[in-house]
Amino acid sequence: MTISARNHIVFSPHRISAMVLRYWYLLRSSWPRVLELIYWPMVQMLMWGFLQLYLSENAGFFARAGGTFIGAVLLWDILFRGQLGFSVSFLEEMWARNMGNLMMSPLRATEFVAALMIMSIVRLAVGMVPVSLLAIGFFGFNLYGMGLALGAFFANLILTSWAVGILVSGLILRNGMGAEGLAWTIMFLLLPLACVYYPVAVLPWWLQIVSWSMPPTYVFEGMRSLLIENVFRPDLMFQALALNAVYFAAAVVAFLRLVDSARNNGSLMQTGE
Amino acid sequence: MNSPSEPVIAVDRLVKVYKTAAAVGGISFRLEPGSITGLLGGNGAGKTTTIAMIMGLVTPTSGSVRVLGAEMPRQRHHVLHRMNFESPYVDMPMRLTVRQNLTVFAMLYGVENVDERIMTLAEQLDLIELIDRPCGKLSSGQKTRVALAKSLLNAPEVLLLDEPTASLDPDTADWVRGRLENYRKERGATVLLASHNMSEVERLCERVIMMKRGHIEDDDTPVNLLARYGRETLEEVFLDIARGRGEAREAAQ
Repeated sequence: MTISARNHIVFSPHRISAMVLRYWYLLRSSWPRVLELIYWPMVQMLMWGFLQLYLSENAGFFARAGGTFIGAVLLWDILFRGQLGFSVSFLEEMWARNMGNLMMSPLRATEFVAALMIMSIVRLAVGMVPVSLLAIGFFGFNLYGMGLALGAFFANLILTSWAVGILVSGLILRNGMGAEGLAWTIMFLLLPLACVYYPVAVLPWWLQIVSWSMPPTYVFEGMRSLLIENVFRPDLMFQALALNAVYFAAAVVAFLRLVDSARNNGSLMQTGE
Repeated sequence: MNSPSEPVIAVDRLVKVYKTAAAVGGISFRLEPGSITGLLGGNGAGKTTTIAMIMGLVTPTSGSVRVLGAEMPRQRHHVLHRMNFESPYVDMPMRLTVRQNLTVFAMLYGVENVDERIMTLAEQLDLIELIDRPCGKLSSGQKTRVALAKSLLNAPEVLLLDEPTASLDPDTADWVRGRLENYRKERGATVLLASHNMSEVERLCERVIMMKRGHIEDDDTPVNLLARYGRETLEEVFLDIARGRGEAREAAQ
């Protein structure tokens, strides 16, 4: 039996793939977990889709703004489910009391984060691909019709979702399962402020400043510009990307510090409240 | 990383204080290559915290821990692949099968020929019939065997065991001890075993470190401890120390 030279690699794709494999085994062993990935995005899409249908038949503006609600709900789900996919994979380790095994293995914190990021995309794909196809069937709304713009929207939203997921995971590691609620609720703070369903202009001026400090705001404004005015705004995407770079880097630094703090106060030994 | 003359584990004036409570209060010891040492003590004696600091899971408040020459936790990634541990207080994912769990951990530890290694351990630890069963469906004895297989995946030079036979029936516990003994002899590994179980320590360990309230109360071979305290079993020595009779005896002598 030999131990590989890979153990000396600072950032090992092999260890990352071990963790991805671990979550893949878990996902495929549990149909309720898979169902849950599709269930809520589908309910949301149907509810907002029918509301949009009703409004478009009764209001001129909404007839013109075809698809903004369904588009918003699908993009919101990329943001929300991306973070949830990250955080739930992390929580699986806490629920399974497996964190001690991982923290005492050669796995590095940055590799763990990378594996969670990959899993958030896998979980997102399992949930969102069928729902986006259903949106075509039910409402004739083709998310993929946004073309390259969808790629820019997706990249910015997933980066924000990872930054939030990384921060929340660090807080749970540091403070125990008492902080678990953050994983399920923190993103809803962004829902009104990132102007998912309405333009930033409806907010009072001081709240607009807060709103523009959030990368998703640029994505949802960009989506409305694309769907209502048929104009893609790369300037908005670049501004979102710049903000995301700052938030993502800050989240990684915060996570590493929280892990150090957890190591210092002994919380890596406990996974309870 | 460490030279042959260096101890495998060197603990020097190690202190851990959680807020205001001192879990470990300035302990020092060294473990030589191939030795098997018992860390004995009652609840709250500081055994688990000591092991956690040796594994790099907890940062010491002061003092130092060196494992295979690496300072823990700062240089832990230099040596974690040469160490492993087993504890009943840490689980493996329940929905994953034994094979899946062992595969994931073998990959994390950088084991080559993963399938072959898993099957070798499965044979040695009598896991062949359980290999494709989810870990959540195993009895506690079976789970302990799987945890032991996980701890031996990388053939560690340093093996840390935190109450490895807790909650096992006497037969399974004895079986596990036998496997640990064999592994240590075959691999020449250094083993540190924290336990409440005196007969286990008596059978396995060539040296016993007795802890109480974060301090080392005594440190010697089982034979010397029995002689010094005038007792027939380590359990009696443990009770003497736990109830403060050891100090009274030494003072009287």
